[in-house]
Amino acid sequence: MTAPKAHAKPKSFQDLILTLQNYWAEKGCAILQPYDMEVGAGTLHPATVLRALGPKEWRAAYVQPSRRPKDARYGENPNRLGHYYQFQVILKPNPANLQDLYLESLYAIGIDPTVHDIRFVEDDWENPTVGAWGLGWEVWCDGMEVSQYTYFQQVGGLDVFPVSGELTYGLERLAMYVFGVDNVYHLPFNDPDSEVPLTYGDVFLENERQQSAFNFEHSDVEMLKRWFADCENQSNALREAGKPLPAYDYALKASHTFNLIDARGAISPTERQAYIARVRDLARGAAAQWAEQEGAGA
Amino acid sequence: MADLILELFSEEIPARMQAKAEQDLGAALEKALGEAGLSWASLETASGPRRLTVFVDDLSERSADVKEERKGPKVGAPDKAVEGFLRGAGLSDINQAEVRSDPKKGDFYVAVIETPGRDATDIIAEAVPAIIRGFHWPKSMRWGTGELRWVRPLQRIVCVLDGKIVPFEVDGVASGNETEGHRVHGRGPYKVLDRQDYEESLSGAGHVKLTRDARREVILSGIEKVCTDAGLEWIEDKGLLEEVVGLAEWPVVVLGDMDPAFLSLPPEVIQLSMRTHQKYFAVNDKKTGKLAPNFIVVANIEATDGGKKLAEGNSRVLSARLDDGRFFWEKDKATPLEDMAAKLSTIAFKAELGSLGDKVERVAALARELAPKVGADPDLAERAARLAKADLVSEMVGEFPELQGVMGRYYALEEGEPEAVADAIRDHYKPQGPSDSVPTDPVGIAVALADKLDTLVGFWAIDEKPTGSKDPFALRRAALGVVRIVLENEVRLKLHSNLEVSSDLLSFFADRLKQVLRDQGQRHDLIDAVFALGEDDLVLITRRVEALGAFLDTEDGANLLAGYKRAANILKAEEKKGDLPSDLSVDDALIAKGPAEEQALGKALADVEAAIEGPLAAEDFTGAMAELAKLRAPVDAFFEAVMVNDDDAAVRANRLALLTKIRATLHCVADFSRIDG
Repeated sequence: MTAPKAHAKPKSFQDLILTLQNYWAEKGCAILQPYDMEVGAGTLHPATVLRALGPKEWRAAYVQPSRRPKDARYGENPNRLGHYYQFQVILKPNPANLQDLYLESLYAIGIDPTVHDIRFVEDDWENPTVGAWGLGWEVWCDGMEVSQYTYFQQVGGLDVFPVSGELTYGLERLAMYVFGVDNVYHLPFNDPDSEVPLTYGDVFLENERQQSAFNFEHSDVEMLKRWFADCENQSNALREAGKPLPAYDYALKASHTFNLIDARGAISPTERQAYIARVRDLARGAAAQWAEQEGAGA
Repeated sequence: MADLILELFSEEIPARMQAKAEQDLGAALEKALGEAGLSWASLETASGPRRLTVFVDDLSERSADVKEERKGPKVGAPDKAVEGFLRGAGLSDINQAEVRSDPKKGDFYVAVIETPGRDATDIIAEAVPAIIRGFHWPKSMRWGTGELRWVRPLQRIVCVLDGKIVPFEVDGVASGNETEGHRVHGRGPYKVLDRQDYEESLSGAGHVKLTRDARREVILSGIEKVCTDAGLEWIEDKGLLEEVVGLAEWPVVVLGDMDPAFLSLPPEVIQLSMRTHQKYFAVNDKKTGKLAPNFIVVANIEATDGGKKLAEGNSRVLSARLDDGRFFWEKDKATPLEDMAAKLSTIAFKAELGSLGDKVERVAALARELAPKVGADPDLAERAARLAKADLVSEMVGEFPELQGVMGRYYALEEGEPEAVADAIRDHYKPQGPSDSVPTDPVGIAVALADKLDTLVGFWAIDEKPTGSKDPFALRRAALGVVRIVLENEVRLKLHSNLEVSSDLLSFFADRLKQVLRDQGQRHDLIDAVFALGEDDLVLITRRVEALGAFLDTEDGANLLAGYKRAANILKAEEKKGDLPSDLSVDDALIAKGPAEEQALGKALADVEAAIEGPLAAEDFTGAMAELAKLRAPVDAFFEAVMVNDDDAAVRANRLALLTKIRATLHCVADFSRIDG
């Protein structure tokens, strides 16, 4: 077997996304579109967190915009964003050669393994909010974490079987690496040789500024607290009605509403813990009910 | 004789687990082969990021046949006895047993049970799957549709005996004779015939350094080379070294550089950023002895460009990390420590003991109270205590909890707090372990003691004490910290009478003190003997124990102890017979009528009683012991010549009173009844 070879570098941020999509489409993944709700991580898309439960086989890949209000930096930090993209892949059950498939996806976007140092460093992933954990690694490329690679073991507090392999690529970080750019806003969003070349900043900088101001200065905390309670009630009611999918949606809404409240620093650590526990109960409850329904249908 | 190679090849094993797993696998195989009756010349192990390997050399090819004879009943014994014998020996008919003759007993049955030896191949094929299934990892997982648990998916099993595959299967993974090398430099697969072949394939074309030692050696010599070439000095970090030994199959040491502007950050921040997030080694400039704007990374490839790109990449990641660090540093500096301290009231310390803010209030008051006793300025001690925990809400400590105290000191200095206050903020957590030093500046001592005492008194008040091996709040460490600070700085505190330390908590301190004194070679019975006096000043206890130990090592001391024991035993025996007279005071007039030895003892006791007062008051225990030594001769002479149980009741009572006085005098120094020997 000869040494692995890298492909030509993509030309732009969108080219990198398209390359990953094509790569995983070739591997038999359904290419889904982003979930139409505010989430803090691509894992929370029902296509991952809920589909990891139950006995059915599943393969999907998608881009998921992620919102983390606390991470917003008014567009002033070259590495941190309140809104960014993750590329998410789930294969259930994980194929035996998933590590190879993953590495080839890096070669496909132009990372040359003969000059770059790719490493699998222990990192056990957990998301207590959805009662999920798994074992795997952070994947490092020259010391930079470019992906999270996880074999799910539990979701919603339940053992999963078969086991899913989950890959999360931090797209902006990966792109900055591939293009050798130190500032996220300088990334070429489309082909820099096209008629209207656009940078990541052209597309998102003003959004980051205004959203940061909203997250830290203008959000109405009292209103958000009411919203949180409403979402919580709706989610509980839906679960009581045996509808875990919309119940899960409202758990996500409650979660994002909490993240907005938290960004304002408006709650004490004790209150904070209580909010987190409430979101966890909603998400786990919906996930467990979904698992029960999936298991029954198998 | 044959050689065995076993290799368990998996996806990347966490670095921290490799060494232990290597050891466990070797031990498990050794046990299984030994129990099956095989022997071998040597068993060696190796481990790395993706594999655990065991080599067994000169393994016997078969276990020996085992012949066992079992004696049975006499010929003609009752049916029941014969049946029982057949069942026990696994025979179906008595004709299968032999008949032997004994001149005394006559004819009897003997069952000869022969267990044939087994081929090593069969033994291994049975043992290895069982070892794999029962292997203990700190954390294990399932994958795909299998049920097997391993640390990460198990990809291959190489099991070759004398050039041939030992066939077996574990949950879909079949044993074979092919291994894999480095993913980029020589993946293989490589056929494995014997150990030499295996080692040559992997360390050659396969680009895998098989053993931890081999990788450590490459890394250390690589570090030395890049440092020498660049005029740098490696800041040794053994923990990190052991970790990176498990992170690369083909380690290559690369020197990277960073923007020197980052050196304006506290060196602790830079080093921790390198270590925790990036697993880089920090280096000093050889000339200045200060942190250099460089780092050492151990890569897993021999890059075709000599490592230029990967050094640049790593440097960029470090810059991003340090940018974050600078952001936290600047943001924290813009927030007064007092404002940070105010936030502590929203953080729970322990539900029943209030918030961290409440704790800080208590510690501040206690530090103020302790200040004069340790020679600290009360205002400075209180100030330091009020600011000591403030950095817990800083951005930097949120990111690097290990920097608690260290950052507080920097922020205090930035705000122009006195150096003693700043240092006390850093040092009040000390000592953090047996190898850590204790604070030595008076302000630091006051705050460190106040913080730990408050925690201990508080947890004792709500009855949350450590039990057995459970000590979730590290109370033993806190108490040991108090003991060490007090002893090493000679801090004079009456824990029980001046501070609110309950007698139960005092005995908890006593146990820690015993630990310290024992480590210094003091006898624990001496510690008990001194504790029994009710002393609550740890420094005095220690001095007494030391003086006592030295005294008992002298001939006078040892003999006096024997005399004491004799006196105490007589008193005990008399007490058993009936109550001793209630007013056992020595009647000098009666003594004067007694033998010379009795008179001498009476005088010596009176003299010594008066003479030890001075040294005891001056805490001169060696001096007090020297006075006690004067009792030895009169006590010995007394027991030699005088009969305590005189027929005259008054004389007897008076002599018992003398013995009581011996006991009481010695108890001024320690409770000798608790001393062994």
